[in-house]
Amino acid sequence: MLDQVKQIILVLSGKGGVGKSTVSTQLALTLKEKGFKVGLLDIDLCGPSVPYILNLEGQNIHQGPEGWIPVYLDKEQRLGVMSIGFLLNSRNDAVVWRGPKKTSMIKQFLEDVCWQDLDFLVIDTPPGTSDEHITVMENLRQVQHCSAVIVTTPQEVSIEDVRKEITFCRKTNIPILGIIENMSGYECPTCCHCTNIFSSGGGKSLAEIAKLPFLGTLPIDPRVGQLAGKGLPAVREIPEATTSKVFNEIVSQLAGMVSNGT
Amino acid sequence: MSNVPENAPHHCPGTQSEDAGKASACAGCPNQNICASGIPAGPDPAIEIIKNRLSNVKHKILILSGKGGVGKSTLTSLLGHGLSAKNADINVGILDADICGPSQPRVLGVRGEQVHNSGSGWSPVYVKDNLSLMSIGFLLGSPDDAVIWRGPKKNGMIKQFLSEVDWGDLDYLLIDTPPGTSDEHLSSVQYLSEAGLTGAVIVTTPQEVALLDVRKEIQFCKKVAVPILGVIENMSLFVCPNCHTRSEIFPATTGGASQMCNDLGVSLLGNLPLDPLLARCCDSGADFTTELPQSPAVQQLHHIVDRIITACEKSSG
Repeated sequence: MLDQVKQIILVLSGKGGVGKSTVSTQLALTLKEKGFKVGLLDIDLCGPSVPYILNLEGQNIHQGPEGWIPVYLDKEQRLGVMSIGFLLNSRNDAVVWRGPKKTSMIKQFLEDVCWQDLDFLVIDTPPGTSDEHITVMENLRQVQHCSAVIVTTPQEVSIEDVRKEITFCRKTNIPILGIIENMSGYECPTCCHCTNIFSSGGGKSLAEIAKLPFLGTLPIDPRVGQLAGKGLPAVREIPEATTSKVFNEIVSQLAGMVSNGT
Repeated sequence: MSNVPENAPHHCPGTQSEDAGKASACAGCPNQNICASGIPAGPDPAIEIIKNRLSNVKHKILILSGKGGVGKSTLTSLLGHGLSAKNADINVGILDADICGPSQPRVLGVRGEQVHNSGSGWSPVYVKDNLSLMSIGFLLGSPDDAVIWRGPKKNGMIKQFLSEVDWGDLDYLLIDTPPGTSDEHLSSVQYLSEAGLTGAVIVTTPQEVALLDVRKEIQFCKKVAVPILGVIENMSLFVCPNCHTRSEIFPATTGGASQMCNDLGVSLLGNLPLDPLLARCCDSGADFTTELPQSPAVQQLHHIVDRIITACEKSSG
């Protein structure tokens, strides 16, 4: 099913709560804004956030003649989304599964979803380096044009886990596009004083140590947080924000990859 | 719980059924012979060993959250410091069950320490005289080392941690978990089924995207019958160090933890404000409760610790 996908982008982080799902959704939305055809696959089975962030809760997956039909955000079907959230009866339902069951679900997501022709497939992952990640890597081994974006926050506690994720990518031969640092600073809306709540610069120095490209710094911007639940792209809603600039840059870099066919 | 194994073929009659090993669905199942032999598998012998090993541990508390990065490890370490500071006679142990992303060695400032194995088991690392820690972080050669393990191997590690660490006499054993409702969580609950879990403390942040996953964790606790001691809301408010304006960085658009607790009938243990200095302390491994005793976060923490002590004593009757 994935042979019609030009480029697969895995959004990874060893650490939880650093903004993988926010980055995945905004990345997918930005790519869609630029006119690409995009798929977004959420393989976080125990904590799927993508349906909520994109305001798609309550939608259903349908079975088509060629496989599962993803949920489309727009009528033109330029952004298709697949998540276990669409398969649960209630948004509060817990998926209490051990590894083997998670593995087979992810295999189904990779093999049985009818994405059609896609320019990009963005895969949002849970934290860690375990079943979900191993399964995705094993199944994508044969697929060309697969690369990873790593998300971190600046604190050392987060960097420490992300270093493990980089080791994981290197062991499994997944090329890393670069590192995004999220939640860098918070600008007080009253006095404009910038506080580095979770310190700063950690992502950049990690990129230097690991000899990886640094893709940009995303500040804590409540306006971006408020877009969660609405499914709106930051690049259109708040084009002047730093977040939008970073996503625009990343996307133009990705666009080059597809047109060059590398 | 049903006795149909999770990885069983479709229409498996269940391992305890009369048809076990004999139904048509059993053909080709690798465990068909075991089922057909009629010898019941029985509970994992480790459960009994763990019960004996932890017989001198009064209260065993799981720190859970469906969501990652909400502060499980930070709160576990703060609770460890808070409980052990109450009284020098209170002994606290922390078990870091996050196998793929162990944070406790850094947060507690004991990175690079070694665990020793003796006749009585693995000795945990002592942060203070009455606060000890066991984490897979101590077993890794370098901070870059990744633990790329599937579920069964992680379960084996947790089993070893529970059955082979020589904690000595403990008043509280805090078990820090990774995000989710999967192997680590199921195994911890299962292995502690005989030893007796006092309950779970659930950590969340105020925004809906976190609450969404945390509700799943509460449902998990109900499913596996783990009592919930209460919910802690972390990163509730941010006070600008410059102008002291309070702002909601992670806005509680759906009423935050208090609304969720009302809806689901669980108690709220307290709210911790977002303090940049706390994040700093976690990075350096300093004890925030003694570094900044005047911080509003520390004062809140003491309330939370008291509530947890009360809840534990109530549950043990």
